[in-house]
Amino acid sequence: MTDTATLTSVSEPNEHGYRSFQLGGFTFDRDEHFVHIEWPTGRHVTPVEDFLKALMRDIAWNFFYGTVNFDSVIGTVNHYGNVDLFAGRFNDAYRKAELDHMENFDHDVIMGAFKDMLSDWTNDGFDPFAAPQETGSPYGVKHGDNEAAITRTRVTAQRMVGLPGDEKIRTDETHPINRMFADVDQSEPTIEVEPGYENDVASFNLFAYLSRSDVTWNPSIVSVCKESLYCPTTEEFILPIIHGNDRVEWFLQLSDEITWRVEDRETGAPRATVVMKAGDVAAMPADIRHQGYSSKRSMLLVWENGSAELPDLIATGQAPTVPVTW
Amino acid sequence: MSDTAPQYTTVFASLENFEKGGVDVINDDPKNYVFSNVFEVASHAKPYEKIAVAKNMQYVLEAIRAEGTSEWRATPHDEFALVLDGEVTIELFDPDETLVDPEASGSVAVDGDPAGKPMGQVVAGQGHMTMLPAGRCYRFTSDRPSVILLQTIDGPDTQHRWADICLS
Repeated sequence: MTDTATLTSVSEPNEHGYRSFQLGGFTFDRDEHFVHIEWPTGRHVTPVEDFLKALMRDIAWNFFYGTVNFDSVIGTVNHYGNVDLFAGRFNDAYRKAELDHMENFDHDVIMGAFKDMLSDWTNDGFDPFAAPQETGSPYGVKHGDNEAAITRTRVTAQRMVGLPGDEKIRTDETHPINRMFADVDQSEPTIEVEPGYENDVASFNLFAYLSRSDVTWNPSIVSVCKESLYCPTTEEFILPIIHGNDRVEWFLQLSDEITWRVEDRETGAPRATVVMKAGDVAAMPADIRHQGYSSKRSMLLVWENGSAELPDLIATGQAPTVPVTW
Repeated sequence: MSDTAPQYTTVFASLENFEKGGVDVINDDPKNYVFSNVFEVASHAKPYEKIAVAKNMQYVLEAIRAEGTSEWRATPHDEFALVLDGEVTIELFDPDETLVDPEASGSVAVDGDPAGKPMGQVVAGQGHMTMLPAGRCYRFTSDRPSVILLQTIDGPDTQHRWADICLS
């Protein structure tokens, strides 16, 4: 891995209308169908739809917890202030062939480059946050943009959604009910508050809130108990990235069903398939990576421990990779 | 081809109707996934037992079978109660004196009825999330078996029954 790289550049539009980007030793080009990535020891090609969906999550999640694999070759590792960009680092064949490559960037440098790339390469009508049946095509020569779709911010409640001054509940005016959640009960809890306790007596319909989500695979914080974060999300089709954990992560399936393919975090070797139905709870250990498949739009409660100390504790063996033993 | 838009049914589970998934191992130990089902856990629980179904260091998620009226509890930090099945009335109370060490983890039972002022109450149904604020007291009432998922910290009354509730 090289030291922190700062070299970034942007080209004039190519014959397809898209700019090319350089990040240290990496170059990123797109044409009508594909993204082409080159680094000093190799090259990679991937469909532009898959790449933009992954890029959207990496940006929206601020590089998330641990590793965001765009696919089996390309991805990022979050060090919370700086970020590794890699090719083949978590691919056993690339590692053995010594074709893998990784460079470290200041957070703001790589975030800025990624945002510019997403902005330039997202055409009018394509929403990389949306389910496949709810968006237009990303393909073809450059035509317009979709800044409104790609600049939506992730919900991050400070205490709980619905409290005065915190994130607001969703309504018909702001978030129509999704087509796959038209049957979800929208009734709100009955709340009686004594004078003076308006900031402390609070409740909201989480299922109704989720039924109105206009994005998929985008965990957003709705309640906070110190470093314990409820990050529910609505899922349809395939998680556009393969998430490599740097800490234990928990899933509670609130509705419907998701199948998770679980692989070894370092090599990508298959480890298990986890099928989760409503009410099921499962941990994702800190040494795996996972990708979810949801046939019908479903509600998933992602539960995170946001402690900044956890990655080092686990990496140094001071904390286990599994949450519980018996 | 039909022009009719498809109708979708959202599947929520309940105490009376749940179906478990599972772990198909390729090269792993199924215990690593600590896999359980909240409704199955609650179906075997006594009213208001606090059974951990997820744990991440000091933090836990507890499955609670709500049935009848619980004891009053005091919490040193915010907790969040998500009703997953049934209907639960949640009473909130502002005690005259500190009933739990603010630096402690998890709620503690209160002897009898606390002295102080009522703050209000919430009647919460399936999918409703209610804050149980730090430094205050609460109790639950449910006329029929219901299920609460509690976001909290491992406390003196948290029960760990991993061998009984998880796939292995």
